[in-house]
Amino acid sequence: MYLLILALFECMGAKASLREGVRTFMKSYDAIVIGAGHNGLTAAAYLAGAGLKVVVLERNPHIGGASISREIYPGFTYSNCSYVSSLMRPEIMRDLELPKYGLQIIPYEGGLTMTRDGGYLASYTDHDMSRREIARHSARDAEAYDRYANEVLRQCRFIKPMLMQTPPDPTSFKPRDIKGLWDLGRAFHDLGEEAMYDTIRFWTMSCTDFLEQYFESEVVKAHLAGTSIIGTALGPSSPGSAYVLLHHYMGEVDGNIGSWGFARGGMGAIARAMAAALEARGGQVRTEAEVAQVIVRNGKATGVALASGEEVHARIVVSNMDVKRTFLKAMDSKDLSEDFLRQVRNFKIRGSSGKLNIALDGMPDFPAVPKDCPALQGDLHITDSIESLERAYDDWKNGMWSRRPYVDMMIPTLLDPTMAPDGKHYMSVFVQYVPPKLADGEWSTEKRDAFGATVINAIAEYSPNFKDLILHAEVRTPHELENEVGLTEGNIFHGELTFDQLMFNRPIPGYAQYRAPVRNMYMCGSSTHPGGGVMGAPGANAAREILRDLKMGGTGAA
Amino acid sequence: MSAAFDVIVVGGGHNGLACAAYLAKAARRVLVLEAASDVGGAAANREIAPGFTVSACAHLLHSLHPKVIADLDLTRHGLSLSASDIPTVALDTGGKHVVLRRDQVMESLTAHSAADAAALPAFYRRFMSYAAVLQPFLTAVPPRLGGGGRQDRLTLIKLAWAVRKLGRQEMREFLRVIGMNVADILEEAFESDLVKGALALDGVLGTSFGPRSPGSVFTLLYRLAGEAGGLRGALAHPRGGMGSLTQALASAARASGAEIRCGAPVARILAEEDRTSGVELRSGERFAAPTVVSNADPRVTFLSLLGAEHLDTGFVRRVSNLRQRGLVAKLNLALDGLPSFAGLKEADMGGRLVIAPGIDYLERAFNHSKYGEYSEHPAVEITIPSIHDRSLAPEGKHVLSAVVQYAPYDLKRNWDDAREAFTDLAVETIAAYAPDLPRRILARQVVTPLDLERDYGMTGGHWHHGDLALDQLLMLRPVPGAAQYATPLPGLYLCGAGAHPGGGVMAAAGRNAARQVMAMEGVA
Repeated sequence: MYLLILALFECMGAKASLREGVRTFMKSYDAIVIGAGHNGLTAAAYLAGAGLKVVVLERNPHIGGASISREIYPGFTYSNCSYVSSLMRPEIMRDLELPKYGLQIIPYEGGLTMTRDGGYLASYTDHDMSRREIARHSARDAEAYDRYANEVLRQCRFIKPMLMQTPPDPTSFKPRDIKGLWDLGRAFHDLGEEAMYDTIRFWTMSCTDFLEQYFESEVVKAHLAGTSIIGTALGPSSPGSAYVLLHHYMGEVDGNIGSWGFARGGMGAIARAMAAALEARGGQVRTEAEVAQVIVRNGKATGVALASGEEVHARIVVSNMDVKRTFLKAMDSKDLSEDFLRQVRNFKIRGSSGKLNIALDGMPDFPAVPKDCPALQGDLHITDSIESLERAYDDWKNGMWSRRPYVDMMIPTLLDPTMAPDGKHYMSVFVQYVPPKLADGEWSTEKRDAFGATVINAIAEYSPNFKDLILHAEVRTPHELENEVGLTEGNIFHGELTFDQLMFNRPIPGYAQYRAPVRNMYMCGSSTHPGGGVMGAPGANAAREILRDLKMGGTGAA
Repeated sequence: MSAAFDVIVVGGGHNGLACAAYLAKAARRVLVLEAASDVGGAAANREIAPGFTVSACAHLLHSLHPKVIADLDLTRHGLSLSASDIPTVALDTGGKHVVLRRDQVMESLTAHSAADAAALPAFYRRFMSYAAVLQPFLTAVPPRLGGGGRQDRLTLIKLAWAVRKLGRQEMREFLRVIGMNVADILEEAFESDLVKGALALDGVLGTSFGPRSPGSVFTLLYRLAGEAGGLRGALAHPRGGMGSLTQALASAARASGAEIRCGAPVARILAEEDRTSGVELRSGERFAAPTVVSNADPRVTFLSLLGAEHLDTGFVRRVSNLRQRGLVAKLNLALDGLPSFAGLKEADMGGRLVIAPGIDYLERAFNHSKYGEYSEHPAVEITIPSIHDRSLAPEGKHVLSAVVQYAPYDLKRNWDDAREAFTDLAVETIAAYAPDLPRRILARQVVTPLDLERDYGMTGGHWHHGDLALDQLLMLRPVPGAAQYATPLPGLYLCGAGAHPGGGVMAAAGRNAARQVMAMEGVA
């Protein structure tokens, strides 16, 4: 009886798809990747490299997702969302030959924090230079900086190998998972007893506590704490924020751990190089092809239906969208279990960041900093105490943008003149914290502008001629990030980086190995391990798992 | 130096007394030295007005370990409960209070939110099963990692197995929730602010976290792992106040032959040839013993009593970095009659009344503490123990005992200047629910974190001798190198709340330390 019903369903399914095929001129691929963000393109390029026929479907007329650059104001290229590169895995750069396709990363020197009393603290990629800078503020902290740098480096070395690995399932008895756990345990054990304790503490403590173990000077702590709050729903004193600090340290440029760089020509250059690598491997990208729904037949993904009504079919479907968008918007809830949907709804993805992109008529003055200070090429901050970072967080919790926000300003045109006309500059201003919803209701144009003014006024306190130089400013709140880029709640990491959402818990416990609950469907976005940042690791890891399922393992994916 | 004692216990708090009792039972010659005029530490009574007795600091039993009660025969030594399995009442400004008691669905909850009434039993059962995973480890010596021996590996394997035994689905859920914040987990399960606030309070009581701080779920689980009156996750009142519990412990210790001297503050722990040799009192009097067990907090033990010169710098740095910043004050009131809480049934007055109407309320109360301010609208846990126990107040009169959070130790204003204003605020906060409270007050007293440090010797005024949080637990508590009760100085041990499994009137640290001493030190 059961078999009969099953057979009947099979026939109906086949008949239905046949009918649609006739109606819409059926196209078929080996793999469809939904979304041309950097992870989608990475996954697609690896799959194409293994010989699959791949198409990437992108809703926008441009590719890149959040790694994008656009000319919004004539003559200026903005890195509209993400703005620096460091987390990009070098093995992906190599495998996809991105430099060959035009990607050039320009390393920059470091950064600085301006203080309220008119001073500043700079940091550099060179350890000794940073140490001397810190010594200007506290001799004791300069000594502690050696210990600090060693500890951070040790933690980075421990975590780095995990980035390009599929997280083992701790509940599984499969040999592969047991081996994965064993390797993890071994790597942990090899740290040595003392370091094992320090590592557990590091993963569970707050950034404030972590820094207070080393430093006494407020500005030193504030300067280092900034990266622990970027993109998070945590304050520097929230447990778990020490890990986020590390998440931003893990990057490397040309093999230098912890260093950062600009993509020449803006962050869009990364996506462009990836798309070129994909096309060179026979894959293709279709823009203005918005996926409305993933088509599931008999528990298997068989393709997607576009908003236009067109259907595209493939053996497998890979989603680069965040996990909420994928399962709650682009899928029919009847294709998923209620239990799984509940877990997706419980996934924490609160947005907390905003962005200003500013075209400047010239280089703004920062009277606190000597004009020839090389750190001006890097990250410029104006938050000089942990307390003000914490208060900025409290505003966010109360449903308003921070009255004194943490900003990470950068002027990439100091190193990359291709992004603005001669003598003029492009400034990228990352802002933390900005809530996805305000206590007094939804975002509006007026509120967005008021938010922009808050940020501009804050910067102007440290740069008297800044406002006069502004030619144009693009203001982006989580509302814009959601609507234009497709980031749910405007969360730049496709989900918060807290330990309940990392490793084998990311995005959903039991679904951390890039496979969706529907057969032939996969996830490759930042919602999956190891999370956000322009890293490419989720895309590469997902491609490896797909090829494994297709018994095509070891064909290109790292 | 020939010693009259095998073991000296520094400090007669509940853990010190439990440790002494266990050691004395094992035929060790034990001397307990207590600085105050009576034993008890922060588990003591105080007469706040003639005839009015109140638990000075800790006031509810939720985790006194049943093994300790049984092993030391505490019931025979006078421990009894005046009330057990008391409910928690989430006070509502509108008078529509909700009564919660473990997994029982009360009428008030159903009336308040049918959805939450439906969700409560499953939520509770799930969390109790997670708490059950932790429970056996309360009485285990924390394992050393890497450098440890077979016993350490066995403990780790047991822990892994306990998690595995939950089953696949629940194990996954356990590994997810263990590091979460209590606000998120409650928002996943419940809709009512009042219910969420009351449940969240248990995730932040006594810690330096707010409900949105990751790790607060763990604090909640830890609390549920305890038991009182034979019920896990229940609350009880000790008859005669918390002081009667420590009196029972002292009586048990003496009955086994331990000597207890009060009014004998220890000034120094002595070391000779890299080994503990005894202690010196502030009076200059010395006692020799090959083993010293300290019930004082780790900072006092290592930095004040022993001295950093006996320890290596890395260890001293770890001790100095312990997060031990008290955030809780205690309000004790003598009342000329029962206050009337609007809308509260008389039967519920004997419960634990909590003012925590919502996650946001709690989080905002917490925010102040980050900047050295006390909460503008604090969270409060109120009990009126004299309802159950007429020995605590004269006929017709009552004592009210309340935990008020957040009241940070490192207040920007001086606590001595802020005391009156803070007391007024605490009373007003309660009076918002019980308008006649202010005119019923005969005497009032506040124990601030600064008082806790000065009068009870707790660094930072922290009830638990250091936050019970993921980064300060198990083999990390209080610091690596001293997490197995033994310290870097041979012969010196820790037995206080600073050691595993931490504070709360549990006495497990005292018991575990005694067992470790017996395992490591031969009889002299």
